Amino acid sequence: MSGDSELCRLEASELAKRIADRDVSAVEVAQAHLDRIAALDTAYHAFLHVDVDGALAQAKRVDAGEVEGPLAGVPLALKDVIVTRGVPTTAGSRILEGWLPPYDATIVERMRDAGIVVLGKTNMDEFAMGSSTEHSGYGAAHNPWDLDRTPGGSGGGSAAAVAGFLAPLGIGTDTGGSIRQPAAVTGTVGIKPTYGGVSRYGLIAFSSSLDQAGPCARTVLDAALLHEVIAGHDSRDSTSIDAPVPPVVDAARDGDVSGMRIGVVKEFAGDGYQSGVTARFDEAVATLAGLGAEVIEVSCPHFDYALAAYYLIAPSEASSNLARYDAMRYGLRVGDDGEASAEAVMAATREAGFGAEVKRRIILGTYALSAGYYDAYYGQAQKVRTLIKRDFESAFEQVDVLVSPTTPTTAFKLGERVDDPLSMYLADLCTIPSNLYGGPAMSVPCGLSDDGLPVGFQVMAPVLADDRLYRVGAALEQALGTAALLDEVWRRDHAATS
Amino acid sequence: MSYDDVLDRYEPVLGLETHVELGTATKLFCGCSTVFGGEPNSQVCPVCLGLPGSLPVTNRAAIEFTIKIGLALHCDIAEWCRFARKNYFYPDMPKDYQVSQYDEPLCTDGYLDVALDGRTYRVEIERVHLEEDTGKTLHVGGDTGRIHGANHSLVDYNRAGIPLVEIVTRPIRGTGKHAAAVAKAYVSELRDVLRDLGVSDVRMEQGSLRADVNVSLMPPDADQLGTRTETKNVNSLRSVERAVRHEVERQAGVLDAGGRVVQETRHFHEDSGTTSPGRSKEEAQDYRYFPEPDLVPLAPPRELVEELRASLPEPPSVRRARFAETHGYTAVDMDQMTNAGVVDLVEATIDAGAPAAKAKGWWLGYLVGRAGELGLEVAELAITPAGVARISALEDEGSLTNKLARQVADAVLAGEGDVDAVIDAHGWRVAGEDELVAAVDAAIADAPDIAAKIREGNQGAVGPLVGAIMKATGGSADAKRARELILERLS
Repeated sequence: MSGDSELCRLEASELAKRIADRDVSAVEVAQAHLDRIAALDTAYHAFLHVDVDGALAQAKRVDAGEVEGPLAGVPLALKDVIVTRGVPTTAGSRILEGWLPPYDATIVERMRDAGIVVLGKTNMDEFAMGSSTEHSGYGAAHNPWDLDRTPGGSGGGSAAAVAGFLAPLGIGTDTGGSIRQPAAVTGTVGIKPTYGGVSRYGLIAFSSSLDQAGPCARTVLDAALLHEVIAGHDSRDSTSIDAPVPPVVDAARDGDVSGMRIGVVKEFAGDGYQSGVTARFDEAVATLAGLGAEVIEVSCPHFDYALAAYYLIAPSEASSNLARYDAMRYGLRVGDDGEASAEAVMAATREAGFGAEVKRRIILGTYALSAGYYDAYYGQAQKVRTLIKRDFESAFEQVDVLVSPTTPTTAFKLGERVDDPLSMYLADLCTIPSNLYGGPAMSVPCGLSDDGLPVGFQVMAPVLADDRLYRVGAALEQALGTAALLDEVWRRDHAATS
Repeated sequence: MSYDDVLDRYEPVLGLETHVELGTATKLFCGCSTVFGGEPNSQVCPVCLGLPGSLPVTNRAAIEFTIKIGLALHCDIAEWCRFARKNYFYPDMPKDYQVSQYDEPLCTDGYLDVALDGRTYRVEIERVHLEEDTGKTLHVGGDTGRIHGANHSLVDYNRAGIPLVEIVTRPIRGTGKHAAAVAKAYVSELRDVLRDLGVSDVRMEQGSLRADVNVSLMPPDADQLGTRTETKNVNSLRSVERAVRHEVERQAGVLDAGGRVVQETRHFHEDSGTTSPGRSKEEAQDYRYFPEPDLVPLAPPRELVEELRASLPEPPSVRRARFAETHGYTAVDMDQMTNAGVVDLVEATIDAGAPAAKAKGWWLGYLVGRAGELGLEVAELAITPAGVARISALEDEGSLTNKLARQVADAVLAGEGDVDAVIDAHGWRVAGEDELVAAVDAAIADAPDIAAKIREGNQGAVGPLVGAIMKATGGSADAKRARELILERLS
């Protein structure tokens, strides 16, 4: 057999149960997924590095009973922006090629302690800057629904791995939509937790005040189980919130939305929204109403300025966060001929090691922070950010959650937007506000558009009310039967690999 | 032209930025040790190396130390403030930005009173803020230890992330000819304050206290400050004074010749006492400060501030007043000892058993001068207060003459060993009466012609005989007693 094991089709909660019951060993499960990666990832290019030895060693620990838990033995695809001790970590950039980190991210430690088996590191837009993985320093990932299309970005690799049954779980990071937009265009579930809900220690920074790691899965419950493993206070991250993890698993098992007040964001509709996207979204809202939720139209007037504010704040922070890639201590070094000055080596390395999109954002951010421009750009953007927070806060006085399409269109074709940054940036139009606010948000599938591609439904909740996302997501998943959408991908791949 | 001449014609304006490495056990944002002198790059971790993905967590002790410094300098303590990133590329900066404070410092608007020659100068403190130190770059292969001419550079990150407090004065005016002395006295007083607070070991020679000295000159009719220069990393009290003197003289030369002082940073050269240009501020970089997003704002609770205020030790000026009273020192004595930086040394010498007058006399009357000759800070001398007390005791009991005592001190300063070891090694002790009598008789016998002159009443002839006795006893004879004995025998 090569990659067509039914084990790969199972959802995480079911796999964990069978491993715990000793119906199947964690090593068998890991091997089945490694085989499938070997068979299919030449097409998807979801992984940048597959850690065969590390995965099998961890699976053996589970089989030996050294670790247990609700996800023990379950394989996972880890976005390459999360630091792993002794395992290559590049953040999708050539500038970190060959770097072997000497430490593990907090969430990596937590997943190991929970018995989760990390299969490898997934493809992404360089330093998480992009919405298609086309800005990866190592070549784009492909969407399992249509190999000519993008799996979204920046976490397209994790989303493609989960959608393509290379792993039942994935970890993404979301600065402006990099978990949710890939989830939407691959028919998977993706959550950006509350900022500070999941430790950023070991998450290679793009924009420190916006970055947040979160779960990717094929079902809402699986995502909740993973959320519970990675979330919670970490003393190594000053911005980590010292509060109990919201009851996400209970909410995902419950899925009762009766009496919930659901606010539809008025600003996220109209021109630029694909008709199939709007149709599925409207149907999903009607479904929630049918389940007993109260649907209210809500205006968030400053959301119109979110994209502009984001493209000042995120590049500003990035221009500083990415300064350390200077060839002095780790990673790529170019032009060190024994004669060149340190400054010349720094410049040559950064010229060679960073891709065009990263350079574009470093230049944007450097400009926005410059003396004489700071107030007009970075300062102004922070004011807009405050107004967006207020929009959320006043909306949440009327409703329990806000909803919108996750992204205005279904998966676009590779090459279609890569030379047009503005159209690429629009893919994150609806996801950015939650990052600026700091509240949690989810993308859950709500059907297929007219073009046969998945549509994502976004749920946004108040800070530390992550459980509400899972309640709404589970309700939709059950009512619409969307977890079964990916069967189409499975059937096609099964035919191809048999 | 001389310093004094210049200051007849220009008003000097000073500004001091003092960096203090805090004596916390661990670094500002990680758990690495701050101990000085470890193997290069042995006290580092992902955080202070700025590895991708690492995050800072603020050391509470560093915040408390900074607040204590602010309170001791009569500053307001911010109710809410933030760290900021100062962005610039340099190989010894692990992240290529420094976590510092910009427009929201922890402490603002204080002062420090500095006593000099019976006058008190109030130096206004603009701000006290906390930041992380950088690593240390060693340029290898050149003659100068500077980047120009070096073959390659090595970087030690042990220092990277050590908490550093920057204390910035407002422009200091009205010091006139005392400018250089006030600058030195300010740093000295600040050092005493910091030492008493227990927040730093304030060792200038190890770089745990270093000053940037800003100097400008104003012509008497000017209505705004002149262009300043900033002489960086001046690392001894003596150098602070010399740097000010040099800049005053140099800038006056430029202005008198019709030139323009260039706003720039300058390096101080210990050997020549001069400064030379560093980076020009006019082409200075834009640091693109912005609030550090990896850290939450600091909001020190008022109860904590009051708790820290209550824990402050007696200020050095008060402590010195009490010390003066206890030991009967005059105000002039205290000024002299303070400005020479020997108060603590004198106190320790008294504690080791020396009388107050002798303790002061040894340090102020002899050892300060020797330190100057040796180009050292007085505290760096190889003699301890206990050693000084021992010499003083031997002098009092008559075992050492004043001359011998200084010889002993010099030998200790030369590193020959402690006081008793040096005395034993050289056989230095006052000659006993019997030995002296024998030496006198021998000298008289050896020089009958001189003896005859003395008998004739020519007292001037006694000198050569005393000289002969000193020579015969290896300098251990009490010259006065020798003279008495000669006259006894030859009258």
